[in-house]
Amino acid sequence: MRDMTPDDLGGHSGEEHTLTYFDGFRRKVIVVDREVPFPEGKLIVSRTDPIGIITHANPIFVEMSGYSEQELIGEQHYILRHPDMPAPAFKDLWDTISKGIKWHGYVKNLRKDGAYYWVYATVVPNIRDGQIVGYTSVRRKPSRRKVEEMSALYKTLR
Amino acid sequence: MPHLLTISPDFNTKYLSGWFVFNTWLQKSLGEAIHLELFDDFESCRNAITADKIDLIYANPYDASLLLRDKGFAPVAHPQSRPDEAIIAVNASSPVGRIEDFKPGMRVSATKDPEVNMICRIMLEPADIGPNDIQIVQRDNYVLVAKDLMKQEADAGFILAETFNDLSPMIRDQLKVILKSQIHVIHHMLLVGPKLAGKAGQLQQLLCAMGQDDKGRAILRDIGVNAWDPSSREDAEFMIDLMDTLIV
Repeated sequence: MRDMTPDDLGGHSGEEHTLTYFDGFRRKVIVVDREVPFPEGKLIVSRTDPIGIITHANPIFVEMSGYSEQELIGEQHYILRHPDMPAPAFKDLWDTISKGIKWHGYVKNLRKDGAYYWVYATVVPNIRDGQIVGYTSVRRKPSRRKVEEMSALYKTLR
Repeated sequence: MPHLLTISPDFNTKYLSGWFVFNTWLQKSLGEAIHLELFDDFESCRNAITADKIDLIYANPYDASLLLRDKGFAPVAHPQSRPDEAIIAVNASSPVGRIEDFKPGMRVSATKDPEVNMICRIMLEPADIGPNDIQIVQRDNYVLVAKDLMKQEADAGFILAETFNDLSPMIRDQLKVILKSQIHVIHHMLLVGPKLAGKAGQLQQLLCAMGQDDKGRAILRDIGVNAWDPSSREDAEFMIDLMDTLIV
């Protein structure tokens, strides 16, 4: 996964951050203060393997992320991590799903072009013959009230 | 004792006679005696599944988890390019123009179809309207839901998209679609139970070859299916996982 560069931003200017993920990998991201609205009536669907590598991305995921399907498949799901998201939210996610339990939460995602989109995400473990073989994540449109509430909460957790 | 075939109670009644013809074809093709039994509602259908009375079912995705994970059913095939989508509609004169215009306390006319109701409830979430914020007016079928909207006896209706498209133009003209889901990956599926498990492979081949001759195509047309695509165990498990993420 490469660092983001100003060329990714489509002419916009952004703010640079360096993120360190759970596995120690570091990446430079550039964020633009532009929200892309979640499309009405649609769902973003992706699947990962047990360590979070993307194995399936539906067309809405591709469209909303700004990446091509080829760029997403094989990458860590944290390619979408926005620096405004507090690390404890993702720790809670992984602590929950690795026990085989469904997780829900509001997430601000980073697009390839530095813009962002809010989702209400649900992640379920894919259990086959008693083993977790991966995870399915479905994201849907959140209400503005919840986005504003969670946005304020996440600022206090960073 | 013949095997028992059933069709999810949300099937479109215009295909009723088609399913009986399909069952005749199925019996001849498989060399098995099969009785088609239709249930009036989802609860009766679920009870029959729970009591192990069903051997073959054209199942609603909502029942797939029970059938596959608890009752030992195996996936066989699903209709090609026919995903289950839902519509939230209002009276054509309603001031509501988008989901966010709905208010808590709204009266919703709906059938007992758990899948359509689940999808429509999800589509109301952006308006901050949860399951406890709506008053459901329960109806036996979608025509009655449409009538509630036409008579302005409900603020919104939850309707299976395919059924909405089959409503007469006169009815449709008096309604306004606020939102149609575009989920694409949830669909009905034909499943076989443990007693017919040995026939699953043969049945899959027969179904997927139906579109190759005029007789097969005519039977398919009369049940509203273009063609059957094979369903794998993993296809079905994926759909169950996906449904699990959507249950409100």
